[in-house]
Order: sequence, then C-alpha cells, then structure tokens
Amino acid sequence: MKVSLRWLKEYVDISTPLEELCERLTMAGLEVGGMEVIGGSWNYIVIGKIVDVSAHPNADRLRLVTVDLGKQRSTVVCGAPNVAVGDKVVFAHVGAQLIDGHSGETVQLEPAKIRGVLSEGMICSEKELGISDSHEGIMILSSEATIGTPLTEYLGDTILDMDITPNRPDCLSVIGIAREIAALTGSKLNITEVHYPELERAIDSSASVEIVEPDLCPRYCASLLTGIKVSESPQWLQRRLLACGMRPINNIVDVTNYVMLEYGQPLHAFDYNEIRGKQIIVRRAQSGEIIATLDGVGRTLNPNMLMIADKERAIAIAGIMGGADTELTENTTSVLIESANFNQAVIHRGSIAIRLSSEASLRFEKGLSRDLPLIALKRATQLMAELAGGKVAKGIIDVYPGKQRRESISLPVAGIKRLLGVELDVSEIAKTLELLGFSCRQAESNSKVHVEVPWWRTDVTCAADLAEEVARIIGYDRIPTTMLSSQLPRHEPVPMLSLKRQLRNILVSCGFQEVLTYSLTSLEILSRLSPELRLIGPTPMKVANPMSREQEYLRTSLRAGLLSVLARNERYQEDDMRLFEIGKVFLPRERDLPQEREMLCAVLSGSQHRLSWRSKEEPIDFFVAKGVVESILSQLEMGASFEKGEDESLCPGRIASVVIGDENLGVVGELHPKVSEVFELSDAVYLIEIDLDKLLSFMVTLKKYQPLPRYPSTSRDIALLVDEQITYQQICEIIQNFPFVNSVALFDLYVGEQVPGGKKSLAFRIIYQSPTHTLTDNEVDKVQQQIIDKLQRDLRASLRS
Amino acid sequence: MMLNQVEELASKASDELGKVTDVNDLEAWRIRYLGRKGSLIQVLRSLATLPLEERRAVGARANEFKKSLEAAYTEKKSNLERSSALSLQRESLDITLPGRQVSLGRLHPTTQIVEEICAIFSSMGFQVVEGPEVERDYYNFEALNMPVDHPARDMFATLWVDLETEAGDKPVLLRTHTSPVQIRVMEKSRPPIRIIAPGRVYRYEATDATHEWMFYQVEGLAVDKNITLADLKGTLFEFARRLFGEERKCRFRCDYFPFVEPGVEVAIDCMVCRGAGCRLCGNSGWIEILGAGMVHPEVLRRVDIDPEVYSGFAFGMGVERIPILRYGIEDIRLFYSNDLRFLRQF
Repeated sequence: MKVSLRWLKEYVDISTPLEELCERLTMAGLEVGGMEVIGGSWNYIVIGKIVDVSAHPNADRLRLVTVDLGKQRSTVVCGAPNVAVGDKVVFAHVGAQLIDGHSGETVQLEPAKIRGVLSEGMICSEKELGISDSHEGIMILSSEATIGTPLTEYLGDTILDMDITPNRPDCLSVIGIAREIAALTGSKLNITEVHYPELERAIDSSASVEIVEPDLCPRYCASLLTGIKVSESPQWLQRRLLACGMRPINNIVDVTNYVMLEYGQPLHAFDYNEIRGKQIIVRRAQSGEIIATLDGVGRTLNPNMLMIADKERAIAIAGIMGGADTELTENTTSVLIESANFNQAVIHRGSIAIRLSSEASLRFEKGLSRDLPLIALKRATQLMAELAGGKVAKGIIDVYPGKQRRESISLPVAGIKRLLGVELDVSEIAKTLELLGFSCRQAESNSKVHVEVPWWRTDVTCAADLAEEVARIIGYDRIPTTMLSSQLPRHEPVPMLSLKRQLRNILVSCGFQEVLTYSLTSLEILSRLSPELRLIGPTPMKVANPMSREQEYLRTSLRAGLLSVLARNERYQEDDMRLFEIGKVFLPRERDLPQEREMLCAVLSGSQHRLSWRSKEEPIDFFVAKGVVESILSQLEMGASFEKGEDESLCPGRIASVVIGDENLGVVGELHPKVSEVFELSDAVYLIEIDLDKLLSFMVTLKKYQPLPRYPSTSRDIALLVDEQITYQQICEIIQNFPFVNSVALFDLYVGEQVPGGKKSLAFRIIYQSPTHTLTDNEVDKVQQQIIDKLQRDLRASLRS
Repeated sequence: MMLNQVEELASKASDELGKVTDVNDLEAWRIRYLGRKGSLIQVLRSLATLPLEERRAVGARANEFKKSLEAAYTEKKSNLERSSALSLQRESLDITLPGRQVSLGRLHPTTQIVEEICAIFSSMGFQVVEGPEVERDYYNFEALNMPVDHPARDMFATLWVDLETEAGDKPVLLRTHTSPVQIRVMEKSRPPIRIIAPGRVYRYEATDATHEWMFYQVEGLAVDKNITLADLKGTLFEFARRLFGEERKCRFRCDYFPFVEPGVEVAIDCMVCRGAGCRLCGNSGWIEILGAGMVHPEVLRRVDIDPEVYSGFAFGMGVERIPILRYGIEDIRLFYSNDLRFLRQF
C-alpha cells in the first residue's frame, strides 16, 4: 500500500524525523518496504504567474514570456504552445536540476541565448520535473497556488510503500496508518466530523435497499446526489491518486477511490437513473447469470457469489466490481453511492471464481469493520457535493442487519506477564492501549483491566491480541531475554532419524556425494525407468494445480531423479560419480494420505579410483556396488544375503536382491542399457536401492560384546578347481560349517587357459581358531582334509596343484 | 692358561666386531661380550677363583681388553650411525608427488545446515521429529487458525493434491510450511513439549534466483507452564549467536502469522555492512531469518491444551537462506539442480 506523507500529515502531526518514523512503523508491524521522494531535487524551482507573452524577434514558434515570481520578474524564451497570461506555472531558475524532455537525462539549467535572446530560466513541463511523461506543453498549476512558493513546498511529497499484514485491513488506509503513527509517536490525531448541506427531500422517497442475504451483507449504506456534473477531478486529487498508484477517471469515481484510500472502505457509485425500480437488492447470483463488468468483460456467475441488483437485473458483483449498465457517463446527473460491508469469505471465493481481484475485493476479503460504511459514505458524499456540484438528498439509507455488540475483553494484568515475560503495571498497560484507541476501565482490583476494542480493530479479539498491542507499542527491546527454565521433556527416540544420519555418514565415507532432488516429477521421467518406457509400480499421485508438466506427479521412486542428476553432470565432463539420496517416495493409499516411505538410492559410474599415478584405471563393476551394500550392512552390524533378483530397470543376470529372512530390503545391480540410453548416460551405471523402513525393522537394538580370542589362529590356503556353475556361496557354506573354521576369504578367482574348459579355479584362505586351546598342526590338517573331501564329494571339486 | 683364554676371547671379539655391518648386529655383539652376562664379564668374574698372583696379572690384562673393546664398540657405533643416515638420505622420496587419497563424499549443503541447526537446538533440549510432506488442509491451515477463506492463506500459495473428497473440495496438499508438525506433536503429547522439525515444504511459486518452489524449513515448538516471549527471545538470540557468531546482533519486530500471537519477525544485523545498509540487506541493515511468536490460544485449544494454564512459543525458518547468506550464493536454484561443481564446494 502506497501512502502519501503529505496526506498523512493532514490527519496526524508528524514531527519525528522520517527515517525514525519508518523504523518505528516497521518495528511495530507496519513494514515500510520502500520510499519514493517526489520533488527531492526541486531546488531553484518556484511557482510563478505569466504576466506577459510577446513574440520572439527572430523566431515564429518561440515567444518571450514574462513570469511574476513575487519578489522579481523574469522573461524567458518559451516554445510551448500553451502559454497564456494569468496562468500559474512552474519556473526553474538557472542552476535547477531538470530532466531533458528529449533525452530523459538529468541536466543542470544554464543561461542560454536562444535565437539571439538571453533566457535565464525556464517554464517547465511535467516531464522536465519528473512528475509524469507529459511534455506537450508547460505544466499549468491551479489558480490557488501562491506565487513565489518553492515547488517542493507546494507539490513535494514522500510516498511510503508499506507492507500491510492481512490482519490489519484498517491500515489499508491513510487514516489507519495515521492512527498508528499517533500511537507510536504520541502525537495528536486530527479527524474532523464531516458536514454537508442536504436537500429537503429525503432519500427514502427516491430509493430503497433490500438485503436478501443478511449473513453475506451485514450492512448496506447509500446516499444520493442529484444535479451533479461528471468531469475531470481537480489536479490535487488526481495527483494523490496517481501517487498511490491509481488512475484518475472522473470526479465521482475518483472520490470513491480517494475515500477508499483515505478510510479503507471501498465505495461504488451507480448512475441513479439507470437503477430500475430505484431499488437495490443484495442477493446471491443465479446460476449462469451473466453480468458485464466495468472492465468490459462478460462474467458468468454462480450462486456462491453475491450480487447487487436492481428490480430487473444484476448491476454489480458485490465487493468486487461494478457493472457496465450503471456505469457513470458524461451525461450522468444523479448518483447513488454504495458503502457496504460484505462477508469476507463470499468476496474471497467470488474473486477466485471469476479470477478478478480489485482494490475493493482485496479489502473486503480481509474483513472490514461494520462501523466503517457510514463514516466513509459521509466523507464521500461531502467530497462529491464539493467537487461535482451536486445536491445531497436528505439522510442516508442504512440497512444494518448485522449490528454487533462492541467487543470487550477482560485483560488480567498477570496474563501480560505470563505471555510477555515483562512486568508492567496496570496504568502503563492502560495508557499504552489507550494510545491505540482502546478504552480501558480498571476493574475492582488492580489485577484486571476491562478493555473495549475500538471499532476499526476487527483483528483484536482476545487477551493475547492485547498483549501484542502492548508489546509492539512499548517496543520489543523492553522484553527481557531469558532462557527456558522449565522441565525438560521426556526423550522419545526417533530411530529413523538416527538411521538416516548413520547411512549418510557411511555413504559419504564410501565416497558418495549426497544430492537432494525434487519430490515432484513427470510420468514421462518415471517411465524411463523401464526399457519399454512404461510406468513401473503404483500410479503416482497427481498435483491438481501443477506449475509445469515436469512437476506434476509425486515421485514413487528416487531412481529417476538420481539418474537425471547423473546425466546432467556427465554433460559437465564429470566422469567418476558416486551419488546418493535419502528421501521420501509417495505411495498412494485408498482414501488416505499417501504412505511416505523413506528410501535410499545410490548410483555409481566411471572408475573405481580417481585417476592416479599409483593405480591403473579400473571401471566400476557390479562387485564395487555390492561391496558398498556390504559395507553398509557391516557398519550397521546386519547380516543379509544376496539373492538372484528381478528388476525392470536393471540388467537381467546382474541383479542381486538384498534379503533378510523373507524380506526383500532392496536391490543392487547394473542399469539396463536401454534405461541408460533414455537417460542419455554413456558409461555403465550401477544402482543400489534400499527401503529404509524395512531396514529399520531389522536393526539390532541390543548388541553383545564378543570376548577376544585367547588362543592364536592358524591359516591354510586351498586352491580348488570346480565346474563353472558352482557358486562361491556353495563352497563357502560348506567350508564354514566345519569346526574351528573362523573365517574364509576368497583371494583368487581364475577362468582361462590355465584351467580346463568349463572349470574355474578359486583360492581360499581359511583361518582356524579354537576358543579353548591352541590348535596343533595335526588338528588343523585333519579338518582341512575333511573339508577337501566334502568339497570333492558334494561339488566335485578337485585340488589345484 | 687363563691368560691365553682371555687373549683368545678378546681377539675373537675383535674379529667379530670387524664384521658387524648394522646397528642390530652391533647391539647383539655388545650383549655377547660386554653385556652383564657377556663372556668377557664372565671371565672377569671367574678370576676370583685364581691364586692372587695370577689373578692380578690376568685381571689387569682382561681389563685392558675390556677397555679397548669398549672403545672399538663406541667408534663402530658412531660409524654405523653415520653411514645409515647417509643411506637414508640417498633413499629420500619426491614428497611432492600426490598422496593416495581415500575418496570421501560430502553431504548436501542443505543437510549440513539442517544438522547444524538441529544440533544447536538439541543442546537446548529440543527433540528432532519429522512429519508428512503430503498433508491435510486441516493440519496445514485450519488447525493453525486459518480456516477456509482466511485471508492469511494467500500468504501460502499452495500446491493441491488431486484427491477429491465427496464434498468436492480438495483437502490434501503439499505442506506449505513445517508448522503442521506442531499440531501433530501436540495432538500426541502433552506439555512439557520441546521439539524441532526439519523438512521439505512446497509452494506454488514461479522460480527465480531468490524463489524456489521446494525448499526446507525448520520448525520449533516449546509448550509448558510459564513460557514467555522473553524465553523465545532468549532461545532465538542464543541460536543466532551460535549459528552466526558471537558478534551478531539480533532484532525482534512485530509481524503477523495467524497461528501465533504476539507474532514476531527475527532479524540479524547484516554480516556484510554490519547494519549500515548494503545490497545484501536491501539497505535496511537487517536480514530477516525467521518468523516466530507465542502459540495462539486458539491453536492450543484445538489440541486440548488449556491456554489459561499453558503457553508456548513457535518459530519457523527457511534453511537455504542460511548458506545463501553465509557463502554469498546468488541463486537458490543451485541447491536442487545438483550440479556437482556446486555441491563439492561445501
């Protein structure tokens, strides 16, 4: 909301320096977001009166104009077409800063000889002063302007750009802000009663108002002016509207806007002669009813919207915009002025339904005071009578079905202390509230104050609201700074949070960079996860009002996001990448919020080590990815098995499911080449995915210490030749089942020329240990032989020499 | 007889010393001959059994040998040490060659800051909790004192989930703030409550350098008897001091959020201009970091906590803003576009 400082000063004495004032307002909740100074550079520019115009001796299109400046007269050369003796104009002396009418640059005025005549000064256009873009002629001031007055005094102003929070519709007005300034600075508020002469004939005999929906229209006031002349508003009014960002239209409409800016009450003027039946009916719209609004658009309405109608038709959408049928024209002679209170919800919904928000609807939807319509109507009627030369019908129509008792709050003094933590006595509380227009009555004891809320403060309804009023006026600096001293709550562990933190740390130490990708995606991206480009898994939930097609569905998988990040970074010449994300996927549930499952997804591509002089480049393979899962499990002290798995996104035969018991926790595997291709990935990619909710359910909560071995261990190596289809796991399981076998490690795997076709060679190191004694060579040899025999028997393995 | 034995021993020792080439062998030699159980010492001890005359002659001789062997040992030792130092020098490395780094990853800057914030509040007794990102209108708005058509809803441009109820309105949305967690926590537990809730939030918002439609917030809530605005001030000042440094100044000003009353906006003095006014702080000298206030009595009433008995404070802050200020990041969109060149800087 833009507010003119000059205008504010009409209502409140302002002696506080501007900067300090803005600071006080901001601290009190009315943020001054910006400030625009009009006429800040108008030095050496004064008001003058043209007293003589004569021809230039050497030029037909130039004239010599003599201007009376009060103490002196000055004659200058002027090319403007609109110079006339008697007009009040703006005169710039040499040295003034002006805007060049052609180049738009700021220049300092110098004495100039124009076609042989010396010109010491200039009569200015609005553009040259920076007021508007008008440069067709010189600016003509109103005849009341005083000769010799510096222009800054006459027209200079400061426009404050204020951010008004939605709870303070009363401050969407000059008077509202003036009240705040008065309270903050302790200065006097000057709001005068409005008076105007009225005709004998009462308004009741000329018009009537019927409210069909009293819940939606608690109050409707109207006044009637006859014999008016619709014309341009005076300059001062136009300038104020422009400075506050509104376009002047005509004297009547301008007054409705002016009073809206001044009091915060939207008003509307109907051409009285166009109101059929001379009756105003406030009713709901009929389904499909159409009205042409002032902006020339035909709008289809629904019964949730409130209409202003006459006997025959809708003439305005209540609180949003007037209709074209009753719009004022040059020929309008009588106007009916509406000043009403509408239900905030009906205006809000209506404005959304027809996608039209106006200065009026923006105010109504925040909830205005029901006292305001009458006060603002009187002011508007007075101004219109003054400016449009009309006569006012006697009285005002005031239909007020929604009259309420004034809000009164009983405020315990201890309540202020309890909320603010600062001790204030009754009188200070009362004094502070009274500055804001609250009236306070001390109760029997000193422990309570009865507070009556002023009519304009629709936002104050409880003691906490009053506490805020007190705090923001005395200033938050007066609130002490203390630390919480109350009892600490019982700690409720959140195991998922610890698990996520632990996993992040493990992955970071495995060389993975964490990424965070958007939760919304598209079906197209999700379906890239299948080689057939079809959607895998549940149908994702849709956003009803997406910002774009790329962000329309809630992700059901982290994979697509991560693969996209991988592809994007490949384009930045990144080769070796290990990325992970821990985040939620959203699985729809019938008639409920979706299930938000915590998932871990990681991707790997490029080489195993970064390029180095000490090691040769080796690409990442399945076992690097599997190793990461093993590291995670081992850090979490969990045992899981890897089983052959299936997964559409991954390469068949290169997928392992991570299994604990019967539960499938996740998967590790190589990305399917077709999937890789649609994501435009060039290297082989390995992917890990783990369901954290499942993982959590298998976490060991109680761990037991293992005593350290007291006797030394012995190791033996064996090299076995087996058929190619025998798995490592088959061999390992056999070995591990023998007594004294502490651990088995595979240290070589060979397939090739050195072994017969269809065979492979595996070399194991077996560590033997006993908890009860030092093993003798004899004992170890015996077990080793039994192992070899069993392997030969069960797996047709032979020793490789 | 004994004399011969001594001489023989001495010459053997001398020969062996000549062949010693490293410090370890030298030490073994020393122990063998000159140690407390060494052979020469044994000989000297055995002299006690000899007749006095012979004892004197052999003793003198033996001592001479001992002295000369000791001297030879010392010389040998210093020779060996000198040559080993020389040989080490010859084997020196080009220590400027790159080491074999263990590749470590990094956490996303948002995660880092979230952890930092949570750690500060954890140390003040706040417990970390999380809530759903897809929320009901009730938790996101209504229970937070923003019924349908409340004007303050316009402060939160909302992404609605396409999940129509029978009534035809759309009560499910992507949460626009972390504040719904306040309600979920208060529904389940009774005071004393002290929680902190980090997480993603969503807005229907066009993106540019300073706006993102998905971002992170951290919510805080404390409810108990006798919690005051002064406690909120103390808690948040302490937080700002720990996060932004000892010398930061902090400011409370009145602001409006429907679920708190009084409501405040908290700002710190600008770290670039220190309050003088610059581009970063929009010439105000202050940088807003969070919104806060005393929990609105209506909000407490709705979760069956008596506002006449209990009071509390709540606050919420945008997470990305902190690294943006701290590292001078110019574009918020860098956070979730996941360019590794960006992420690796943190």
